[in-house]
Amino acid sequence: MTVLFFIAAAVAVISTVLVVTRSNLIHALLYLVVSLFAVAIVFFTLGAPFVAALEVIVYAGAIMMLFVFAVMLLTVRADRPSRLTWSAWAGPVVLVGILLAELIYGIGLSGRALDGATVGPRDVSAALFGPYVLGVELASILLLAALVGARHVSAQPDDGPGSEAAPEGAGDGAGDEDERDDEEDEP
Amino acid sequence: MAAVSLDHGLILAGLLFAIGFAGLLTRRNVIVVLACIEIMLNASGLAFVVAGARWGRADGQVMFLFVLAMAAAEVAVGLAIAIRFRQTTGRLDVDSADELKG
Repeated sequence: MTVLFFIAAAVAVISTVLVVTRSNLIHALLYLVVSLFAVAIVFFTLGAPFVAALEVIVYAGAIMMLFVFAVMLLTVRADRPSRLTWSAWAGPVVLVGILLAELIYGIGLSGRALDGATVGPRDVSAALFGPYVLGVELASILLLAALVGARHVSAQPDDGPGSEAAPEGAGDGAGDEDERDDEEDEP
Repeated sequence: MAAVSLDHGLILAGLLFAIGFAGLLTRRNVIVVLACIEIMLNASGLAFVVAGARWGRADGQVMFLFVLAMAAAEVAVGLAIAIRFRQTTGRLDVDSADELKG
């Protein structure tokens, strides 16, 4: 388990450095997804499988989808080729391949590798709705405030007919992500 | 089976936080700045989970859930502001946002 931790940590650090150093925005976001996957593997090796699943679902799923939609709304360039080239996705494929091999190895030895200090979803849920229930309520209020704020910021001040396709879609997309994340948080 | 020590996990969290902070200071694109903030929040959540796993308690994971909700709220508002900023000024450079003109 320690070896798995160090390999995933190395992948996380390498991909995070590549997020910061890439000049192409989509390539940086691809490496950010790889970095979040690597951190999820780190959570799994630390004995937190529930948080590892949430990292993949919420961070690498919902939040990264929000980023990609924002990039699609913001930077429209018709001159670029629409397909990703080999140099764009060879790096993420190699890093994700390392993580996949690690995951297969971890599944193969699960049961005896996850002995001891695994804190499962049962304990997390009991703590979340036991002493931390006030924090859950505050998180729901925060998400509602973010929903209203995102809708308010992205709304057009003038209501001209038929010209606000992009900002309306942005506000609705942000709200949709928020509601989804709220439902992730509640159970 | 030897578990991961507390120091290694915290060193990893510190490294990720430092990389995110360096990117926040050096990059000028709004989207990349938001992504760097996500990296830093993720690193802080990693520190919570490492500390929770050290003592075998669920509190670290609960705190990570709160960090997750806060990151989702932050990125929703931040990307809405970025889209609005792009519509207002036509640029995505954070250095061009030094004037409060609405």
